[in-house]
Amino acid sequence: MPVMVQIENVTKTYGDGFQALKGASLDIHEGEILALLGPNGAGKTTLISTICGITQASSGQIRVGGYDVVTEYRKTRSLIGLVPQEINLEPFERVLNTVKFSRGLFGKPRNDALLEQVLRQLSLWDKRNSRIMELSGGMKRRVLIAKALAHEPRVLFLDEPSAGVDVELRRDMWDIVAGLKQAGVTIILTTHYIEEAEAIADRVGVINKGEILLVEEKAALMTRLGQKELRIELQTPVEALPAALAGRGLALEQGGRVLVYTYDIKQERTGIATLIRDVTDAGLVLRDLQTKQNSLEDIFVGLVTEQEDAA
Amino acid sequence: MNWQAVRSIYVFEMARFFRTLLQSFVSPVISTSLYFVVFGAAIGSRINEVEGVSYGAFIVPGLIMLSVMTQAISNASFGIYFPKFIGTIYELLSAPVNFLEIVLGYVGAAATKAFFIGIVILGTSALFVDVSIQHPLAMLAFLVLTCLSFALFGFIIGIWAGNFEQLQLIPLLIVTPLVFLGGSFYSISMLPPVWQTISFFNPVVYLVSGFRWSFFGLADVPIGLSLLAITGFTAICLGIIWWIFKTGWRIRT
Repeated sequence: MPVMVQIENVTKTYGDGFQALKGASLDIHEGEILALLGPNGAGKTTLISTICGITQASSGQIRVGGYDVVTEYRKTRSLIGLVPQEINLEPFERVLNTVKFSRGLFGKPRNDALLEQVLRQLSLWDKRNSRIMELSGGMKRRVLIAKALAHEPRVLFLDEPSAGVDVELRRDMWDIVAGLKQAGVTIILTTHYIEEAEAIADRVGVINKGEILLVEEKAALMTRLGQKELRIELQTPVEALPAALAGRGLALEQGGRVLVYTYDIKQERTGIATLIRDVTDAGLVLRDLQTKQNSLEDIFVGLVTEQEDAA
Repeated sequence: MNWQAVRSIYVFEMARFFRTLLQSFVSPVISTSLYFVVFGAAIGSRINEVEGVSYGAFIVPGLIMLSVMTQAISNASFGIYFPKFIGTIYELLSAPVNFLEIVLGYVGAAATKAFFIGIVILGTSALFVDVSIQHPLAMLAFLVLTCLSFALFGFIIGIWAGNFEQLQLIPLLIVTPLVFLGGSFYSISMLPPVWQTISFFNPVVYLVSGFRWSFFGLADVPIGLSLLAITGFTAICLGIIWWIFKTGWRIRT
């Protein structure tokens, strides 16, 4: 897939000396959904703001659709839709007017049918003549999405779209994102809700302290770094591990009732079959078996902790 | 040029004006009427004529200038400060627009509002006194230029202001005194010589004088100088705004 957003060695140092980005590089492919994970203050919003033109990079280059975001800003910005993290809306304005304003601002001719479609898709059509201040928080967030979609972007940035959003809107949003992906729109979402990245992203990037620590296919990431746990529940609890089972990294939990075996799923031989045979040979009686895969959260926390330890 | 964007900003800003139509129109009508009652009837009755023009009519250009300047500044400064304050400026900064388009939209709308208010005051004045305009085209040109240049100035204040207090600071402490002392309600020639000299350092004197000339053919300073002053002021404001957008001062982090 062609590269839609190309970020090369971008740094950003704010006036107070705070370095928000320390040489970030990243290629985002056309039509993919990339989730950018990172704790608060990691540099996610700064990176997005720099791509969109709200913030100027201190060094490095960013290209969108092959165009430079500084010298060819008209072309790049026409391609980009941004849903900001904060609910930034003019309170006295009406929903339809504010969406129309966004379309016009991006130089697009009037298209009432498209705006109706966008508003209907976001369940806002009935509220089109309401003033923004009369809407609930979730509705306001829908308006922000409608504004970004009003000018038919080819790249959509969703900055923390799930912050303070109810389950219904989150699901609606995921549906919309899936629909946009089908239409070939490239979507970049920042989040610190790992389940969101797990649910909708094709690739996952991890950013912390202004550095992109990793970008991987979500599935590959899970496979590469994912570990599984085998939990063996015993019929009768044991006080200590039998000598025959020592040295395998087994842990005894829940008062000796559960044996926990951690293994790497990418390994050809996981050692499960041998382990179960040895457990039975050691005279232990199995009651139940359970396996549990590590979540992205475990991977993410692992990466961030690693970086902090290295620092 | 992204004319669509200019139009969108302009329409959006004008909508704000029409939302507060009552306040926008009724307020200048009432304040103008009050000025006529105080200056025209109460004080004006003691001043017969100023250089052959009745005092009531003499103050009309100054009154219009007073409102137009303050309204152009407050509309433009609020217009750009409000998006900064509520955060909607992100959209403007991430849109495919350049500084000229943003300025045309915001300043154009603020200048239009000020122009309407100027016309409303002129109409209200005509109810109280006989207003004759000797050079209607020059009058319109001066009015439009004043609306534009002060809207540009207001735009700069709106970008500079970090809070609502600062937004009011320059109009209150600098512009209003300059307008009042700029010959809005008197001719500079009525002042003692030393104050006349000081007045010539006040840029508003040149604007009011030129505007008054278009009404009565009377001027404190040559008309060419007035024209130079207003175009110079417009050019300075445009230059500052160009620099603001080039450097991102107070708008881009």
